[in-house]
Amino acid sequence: MTQQLDLRRLPAVGSFLRRLSADRPARAVYVALALLIVVGWLLFALDGGRFLSQENIVGIQQRSAALGIVAVGQTLVILAGSLDLSVAYLISLTTLVAAETMGGADAGVPVAVAAVLAVSATAGLVNGLIVTRLRVHAFIATLGVALVIRGVLDDRYDGPAGSVPESFQHLGYDRVGPLPVSALLWAAVAASAWFLLSRTRLGCRIYAVGGDAEVARLSGVRGERVVVAAHVLCSLCAGIAGLLLASRLGAGAPTVGTDGGYDLESIAAVVIGGTALAGGRGGVAGTVGGVLLLAVLDSIFNQLEVDSFAKDVVRGVVLVAALAIHARRRTA
Amino acid sequence: MHDCVLKMTGITKSFQGVRVLDGVDLEASAGEVHAVVGENGAGKSTLMKILAGAHAPDGGSVEIDGRTVVFGHPVQAQRAGVAIMHQELSLLPERTVAENVFLGREPVRRGLVDRAAMESATAELLDSVGEESFGPRDLVRRLPVARRQVVEIAKALSLNARIVVMDEPTAALAEHEAELLHTLVRRLASRGIAILYVSHRLREILDLADRITVLKDGSRVTTADASTMDAPTLVRLMIGRELDSYYPPRAAEPPGPVKLSVRGGGNARLRGIDLDLRAGEIVGLAGLQGSGRTELAKALFGAAPFTSGEMTPCRPCSVREGIAAGIGLVTEDRKAEGLLLNQPVRDNALLVTRATRMRRPGIERLLERVGLGPLRPTQEVRLLSGGNQQKVVLARWVAAAPRVLLLDEPTRGVDVGAKAAIHELTRELARDGTAVLMISSELPELIGMSDRIVVLRDGRIAGALPAGSTEESVMRLAAAS
Ligand SMILES: Nc1ncnc2c1ncn2[C@@H]1O[C@H](COP(=O)(O)OP(=O)(O)OP(=O)(O)O)[C@@H](O)[C@H]1O
Ligand SMILES: [Mg+2]
Repeated sequence: MTQQLDLRRLPAVGSFLRRLSADRPARAVYVALALLIVVGWLLFALDGGRFLSQENIVGIQQRSAALGIVAVGQTLVILAGSLDLSVAYLISLTTLVAAETMGGADAGVPVAVAAVLAVSATAGLVNGLIVTRLRVHAFIATLGVALVIRGVLDDRYDGPAGSVPESFQHLGYDRVGPLPVSALLWAAVAASAWFLLSRTRLGCRIYAVGGDAEVARLSGVRGERVVVAAHVLCSLCAGIAGLLLASRLGAGAPTVGTDGGYDLESIAAVVIGGTALAGGRGGVAGTVGGVLLLAVLDSIFNQLEVDSFAKDVVRGVVLVAALAIHARRRTA
Repeated sequence: MHDCVLKMTGITKSFQGVRVLDGVDLEASAGEVHAVVGENGAGKSTLMKILAGAHAPDGGSVEIDGRTVVFGHPVQAQRAGVAIMHQELSLLPERTVAENVFLGREPVRRGLVDRAAMESATAELLDSVGEESFGPRDLVRRLPVARRQVVEIAKALSLNARIVVMDEPTAALAEHEAELLHTLVRRLASRGIAILYVSHRLREILDLADRITVLKDGSRVTTADASTMDAPTLVRLMIGRELDSYYPPRAAEPPGPVKLSVRGGGNARLRGIDLDLRAGEIVGLAGLQGSGRTELAKALFGAAPFTSGEMTPCRPCSVREGIAAGIGLVTEDRKAEGLLLNQPVRDNALLVTRATRMRRPGIERLLERVGLGPLRPTQEVRLLSGGNQQKVVLARWVAAAPRVLLLDEPTRGVDVGAKAAIHELTRELARDGTAVLMISSELPELIGMSDRIVVLRDGRIAGALPAGSTEESVMRLAAAS
């Protein structure tokens, strides 16, 4: 009996490990992450302090959850050869949609979640259609959508609005054992995306369209649908991140997305994770590593109380270095 | 007697106002191998792309099994039973062989892609074409060009199509691999599949085809039974004139001074290479696929340098150094390594001269010399026919006038007329004092052109043969163990 189970499981596990270890860029990120943790640990050990206490880890997980979820979505569009610059404003918008629909009442939660998902799916659909039908480059298309959303936000809100019932705040602050719920949510989103990319037709086609749209077309892939689907999924991820942030803040905030820099940070995390900006190569595993790398870096800075200028400089250097390393490893 | 599977009538197509196809008719029956031939730019690939749904025709109709079809997207052609192997390889380098073969048609079980089924089906397909050097899980990026062709074949087979289009499937293949493909083509035909076969190799066409359609300047010249055709007639129909001898005469005087010499050259793929290239001499480089011919050319050029050994006048460690030393390389993979596809012909042809600030020759005369005379220099290379792209790569090096010219499959995909012109040009360059090394998988061409043949085997030089050696003696040396 047990033997039978083993036999059925082994190939699946084997194929998972094989694919993960074949994903060389992702491996590189995790090596870098491990090195960074060792460096951080040494720094604090010399100082007599402790790096990566449990609080610390929880802090890292919580901070990175929202960015992580957005970055997973960003991975999908980038793999498909596109890009999404509208996620930051969309996040702000969805926190407001969530908080206003809930209006502090428990009964409003399901409606609010549905409304957020609907709003973000629509934004993704618009992005995708502009990119595919109107053939506007994703950079401009999603920037345009971002500006439109900003217009709505500027026009209608000057500050936080709406409110989130206590029951919904569990999402942002609760833990299951040592793990924050938000981190679990991130893990779930990442795992779904990984599954989508490796085990579904849509996943195969995202890689194909991003790799070479003409080759995909000649092979019978309807590339436009694939790109639209990727954009919808990306915006849904932004919506989920918006829900998470609303639950943390207890209200909707018109600047939470842009303050967090979720647009450029998510793209940075994706490329640090080894996904090619031109599309067709990379994956979610690398992105998760990229997000964690940025988060650990942040937490080292916070503990060392580095000023924000030095912080930005180092982050910039890390980003460029990561790209250079991936490029080198590819040609080697 | 035969049932007509495909009937294309009065197909016309223009690109930007230029008529490329003009009322072309084409038919194919079940179990027939129907060859389509014509000069570079005659419109063969365009016609095939229309059949495959990749281009929409401006006029005319396509009937499959007596029913008129209109394809808005390649996927509809696939569903109607048309499979095509495109001339320019259409594979994703970053994906595995299996993922490429089943791209767009991944088998699913309970909604999920069934990788195991996909990989075992691919393994079977590879088996059926006698491929052993790679497996379904290998990344396409890691395969040499000729092996990628096999992936294309497997992809076309996996469709179980009623009509299979092959656009120059043997252009990148060596003789014995081409023979494997021919066997396969015959087998498919005997199963009742209609095959449209585009090629510039006249020998294989006369061997393989039941009927032949000749296109010239976008119109059909004739369709005839292959049994009523011979090579000279075919050539005359294609290029509109006679072509007496294929190969220009060899130089009368003995070769001049050594322009490049290697002693004990080696790197990851090559070992103990001793080679002299002399002014005025054309050295043919023979060997099986994977024997290291391309690697040797790249090492001499500096693109994948030797790591050991002596080389005079210098051992280039980079392409820049190679070019500075007066070495030129016409690459075998023109799309990936040779051309800036979105740039005009002129910029591509002058790339090297410009980068190295050499004197620029008159562009018209240059294009004339490589047989691209009628072309506008401002045309984007992407839009040229396959054979004409090859000529652009050649033009680049003719312009640079290197002292040593390395040609890796210089006539791949080039029509018979232009091929003769390239042979003539190569001989002329040698006569003017260039040392030429030429790689070709077409043995008759290699033997016809070379003053001396060097045979590679497993990254080492297996021996050298004089001009006029037989194909058998070359093969024996290349394959001996
Ligand atoms: N997308 C395009 N836009 C503009 N012109 C094109 C396009 N595709 C092909 N052409 C032109 O159409 C003509 C026919 O090209 P085609 O590729 O069909 O030739 P071919 O017969 O296959 O030649 P070859 O033997 O070299 O492969 C060429 O002059 C080419 O430049
Ligand atoms: Mg062609």
